[in-house]
Amino acid sequence: MSEMIKVGMADLKTCVSPDSVITLGLGSCVGIAIRDPLTKIGGLAHIMLPDSTAMINGCQNIAKFADTGITELVRQMEKLGASRFRMVAKIAGGATMFAFEGNSSTVGQVGNRNVEASKAKLKELKIPLLAQDTGANYGRTVVFYPETGEFHIRAVGKSESII
Amino acid sequence: MSDMSLDQVTENYYDVLKEIGNIGAGNAMTALSQMLQCKVDMKVPQVRLLEFAEVGDMMGGEEQIMVGVFLGVEGDITGSMMFMVEEESARHLIQKITMGMLPAGGEFEEMGLSAMKEVGNIITGAYLNSLSTLTNLKIFPTPPALTVDMAGAILSVPAIQFGIFGDKILLIQSQFYDEIQLDGYFILIPDLESYAKILTALGLPVV
Repeated sequence: MSEMIKVGMADLKTCVSPDSVITLGLGSCVGIAIRDPLTKIGGLAHIMLPDSTAMINGCQNIAKFADTGITELVRQMEKLGASRFRMVAKIAGGATMFAFEGNSSTVGQVGNRNVEASKAKLKELKIPLLAQDTGANYGRTVVFYPETGEFHIRAVGKSESII
Repeated sequence: MSDMSLDQVTENYYDVLKEIGNIGAGNAMTALSQMLQCKVDMKVPQVRLLEFAEVGDMMGGEEQIMVGVFLGVEGDITGSMMFMVEEESARHLIQKITMGMLPAGGEFEEMGLSAMKEVGNIITGAYLNSLSTLTNLKIFPTPPALTVDMAGAILSVPAIQFGIFGDKILLIQSQFYDEIQLDGYFILIPDLESYAKILTALGLPVV
């Protein structure tokens, strides 16, 4: 019996095939799915903000940020026996939920910044980004299967896509 | 002030924020009642401080389809505000406001969304007005933006704003009744500096 493990907002979880990880209703947040194809160990981080170092109060929850969240996910996967040198990643989310005319405020840009920060961190850790479904103006529910590496994406009024 | 977090705000001023919420939501319902030309009853609003992970659950799950109206707040304080209603409630409101010209089922049409935006505009305006009256601060809403999507996705927007300085989100749930029960949620998101301004304006010591 395989289990689907739920990842909340500002949260991260690891799993081993045949289990999978799911996060519901990603908006401007970004879901980063990482997998080691050999051990079939996988994980999903649901980050809200790009950068922990720019924070006012330091950070209590490291899963909240792209930089610390990805680092922690990789660490937890390695603990389970995954190798960083085999890891590959896929990302989704980072939408701009509300369009304001001529507004480039933090609210409008945070989705893009989350995507960029996630990519930068993956690059830094030398984890190849295999696919992405990011941006646009709608929410996404994502499920990641470490067995195959398939990242299933659902959105309101759209048919499910697999990247 | 720079080390203030929402947790401290909560401990000390939870009641104040709750009262603002009560009065704001009350005013918003009065405005809605005038707009719909009918009586609208409401329960005492619930003010909740939630972990990010809990927010979706209380609205009927992260995938519950909702209508969100989002606007900026300018003037003496800055920040943003959001009003959310369930899809079904939104349809009911739209039907009522267009006097049955639009069907209750099917896709949201341009005109329906526009009407819903206006509802959001009016009730958030009334909400902010009462905050302005209470604090004697100038508060202006910017034109609203609207989206229809999963609750989790809509909530990511205010959650991220709260996430900048804390790990929780403050929201006000107001149930109101017309012919059917409608569930609406207000989320006021002052910028960090604006919290202090609101508290000072109310004659309370800043943390």
